[in-house]
Amino acid sequence: MNDVVLSNIEKTVLSDYKYGFVTNIRADEAPMGLNEDIVRFISAKKNEPQWMLEWRLKAFRQWLKMEEPVWANVKFPPINYQDIIYYSAPKQRPSLNSVDDIDPELKRTFDKLGISLDEQKRISGVAVDVVVDSVSIATTFKEQLSKLGIIFCSISEAIQKHPDLVKKYMGSVVPATDNYFAALNSAVFSDGSFCFIPKGVRSPMELSTYFRINAENTGQFERTLIVAEEGSYVSYLEGCTAPMRDENQLHAAVVELVAHEKAEIKYSTVQNWYPGDKEGKGGIYNFVTKRGICLGDHSKISWTQVETGSAITWKYPSVILKGNHSIGEFYSVAVTNNHQQADTGTKMTHIGKNTKSRIVSKGISAGVSNNSYRGLVHINKNASNSRNFSQCDSLLLGDKCGAHTFPYIEVKNNSSIVEHEATTSKIGEDQVFYCNQRGIDTETAVALIINGFAKEVMNQLPMEFAVEAQKLLAISLEGSVG
Amino acid sequence: MLKIENLHAGIEGKKILKGINLEIKAGEVHVIMGPNGSGKSTLASVLAGRENYEVTEGSVEYMGKELLDMSPEDRAREGVFLAFQYPVEIPGLSTTNFMKTAVNEIRKYHGQEPLDAVAFLRMMKEKMALVNIDQSLLSRPLNEGFSGGEKKRNEIFQMAMLQPKLAIMDETDSGLDIDAIRIVSDSVNKLHNKDNAVLLVTHYQRLLDYIIPDFVHVMYNGRIVKSGPKELALELEEKGYDFIKNEIDVAEEA
Repeated sequence: MNDVVLSNIEKTVLSDYKYGFVTNIRADEAPMGLNEDIVRFISAKKNEPQWMLEWRLKAFRQWLKMEEPVWANVKFPPINYQDIIYYSAPKQRPSLNSVDDIDPELKRTFDKLGISLDEQKRISGVAVDVVVDSVSIATTFKEQLSKLGIIFCSISEAIQKHPDLVKKYMGSVVPATDNYFAALNSAVFSDGSFCFIPKGVRSPMELSTYFRINAENTGQFERTLIVAEEGSYVSYLEGCTAPMRDENQLHAAVVELVAHEKAEIKYSTVQNWYPGDKEGKGGIYNFVTKRGICLGDHSKISWTQVETGSAITWKYPSVILKGNHSIGEFYSVAVTNNHQQADTGTKMTHIGKNTKSRIVSKGISAGVSNNSYRGLVHINKNASNSRNFSQCDSLLLGDKCGAHTFPYIEVKNNSSIVEHEATTSKIGEDQVFYCNQRGIDTETAVALIINGFAKEVMNQLPMEFAVEAQKLLAISLEGSVG
Repeated sequence: MLKIENLHAGIEGKKILKGINLEIKAGEVHVIMGPNGSGKSTLASVLAGRENYEVTEGSVEYMGKELLDMSPEDRAREGVFLAFQYPVEIPGLSTTNFMKTAVNEIRKYHGQEPLDAVAFLRMMKEKMALVNIDQSLLSRPLNEGFSGGEKKRNEIFQMAMLQPKLAIMDETDSGLDIDAIRIVSDSVNKLHNKDNAVLLVTHYQRLLDYIIPDFVHVMYNGRIVKSGPKELALELEEKGYDFIKNEIDVAEEA
């Protein structure tokens, strides 16, 4: 009996990956492997100024001296960094004047993914930057945003057009040599998004980047930098998918957020990289460094993530609470099934006085997967009257999966308060039967239960994303009352 | 409406029901009483289709169909409702959302269009008034942090929403104080009509001060050993279950 219900539950979660197609577009690639020449090749491809190349080379030389971290609760065979192509760009006309100039094959790709690049067709106001493999191919609503002084473009373009801003902020939150994967990214990053919100401006629309790995044997190393000046506000969304391939592909991104006084940055991610097949073959290694700094007083950074994809996820979106009265938040739903492994969480570093952080982490494990929450709450000696609240809940589907929680708490003063709550539960036969008895089939019942479990985090997502995220969790919201 | 014939069932190889026979017609209220461990709740679970119980013999005809061949959700969609003895909690899912899903799943089964938000809320308001339940309770996650009484009232509210043909109430009175029993019974009486039927499973006679049954059945050791009019319940109350036990044990020895 146990097996019957659980296999139904599992079927529900184990729905097939829908984004696994490959688009046949001609790509312009770097030779396989990594050395200083490749770093120079990438920099030259992007027509970068000397200072950028120097920055990359410095990071690369450091990387050579570093070792891959082994402390995460994940297992994988050694990665051969010489087996990866570090630069791949869809071949297209050199410069794009409008979205209409995009390769029609690529456009069809994004139609399949449900992302319209056609500004006229977009009903809701979401500006999108699209990154395929190594380059940004389109940014929508650019003009409209620039009227407000908002800069939203690819990082390559920012290096060309706004070098002072890039020089000032790039690496200021995640230094080039912060960790193994951040150093690798700093050496070979190829594109990503740049976003600057000037003083006092509230972005009138969601800014969003859509990442897609398409080419074979390529790694994706994008870099995103968001700067919110005094009193500004921006909500930023990030989505990602990849084709189904038998080999593992590496994704090592860096995201840096800077919030000045009274500024607020809300960063949401729906991560749906290809997780590998049911036997654990293939899938993306998602080794990402995401960090924000609340530089000014009363600033706020909020991370929300829905992690459903990747063979391995290694990711800790963090906040450095430097300004007094600043606020850091982390809301996460991480789903693992089959052979997926996730080691994810956050780091809240309280430096300013009266700083507050809130962590809500929901892990859902199925199949033979392993799901770990790893978090650090550090409160400095001078961060008096600071507060943290952490809630880490795990939901298990079946009895072959694992959920682990590694909370680290360091408090260096005695006026601060840290609270940590954790629960682990299983989807019970009793819950499913209760739903069945009200006329609800098992598949819908599981969706309702998972949805309920993740609700606190899903509520943090902007509407457009919440819908996609709920679908991803195999949740039908047909039964909701608005 | 319901005809149970020679029903045998058990769990993990242990026999619990040993030949139940019972017929319930539309418009009737039946009560099954009996000491702990006599199989009352097992009967309720088997009728609702809980999968860990194994039926080894017998049949259950419901509205002209074999109930035992139907999945639990199809039984519910065909109008079988079980008010649970221990309603489960589902964190993060409000009763409102839960009920909207249930109502529309049942409508879909019967080829009806789903109710829109307005029509659904109207229905909710009407049923809330009928069973005297507060809106705030329904916006909270399903049964989470509810008191025993609140859980049972939520069961009755769901019953009002789903308008079952056959309502099976498993020890709905257990854990309730006398005021709560009165409110719950009152709601059941309001919901009962000539087209539906109620099967009450209870340990105590006190519920029957408020819900008047047409038939009382006494269950002992997996069988219905005595049936009679409502007065039988009073006799049980007076003499306790021992007199039944003695009667049966004597008969079996003979």
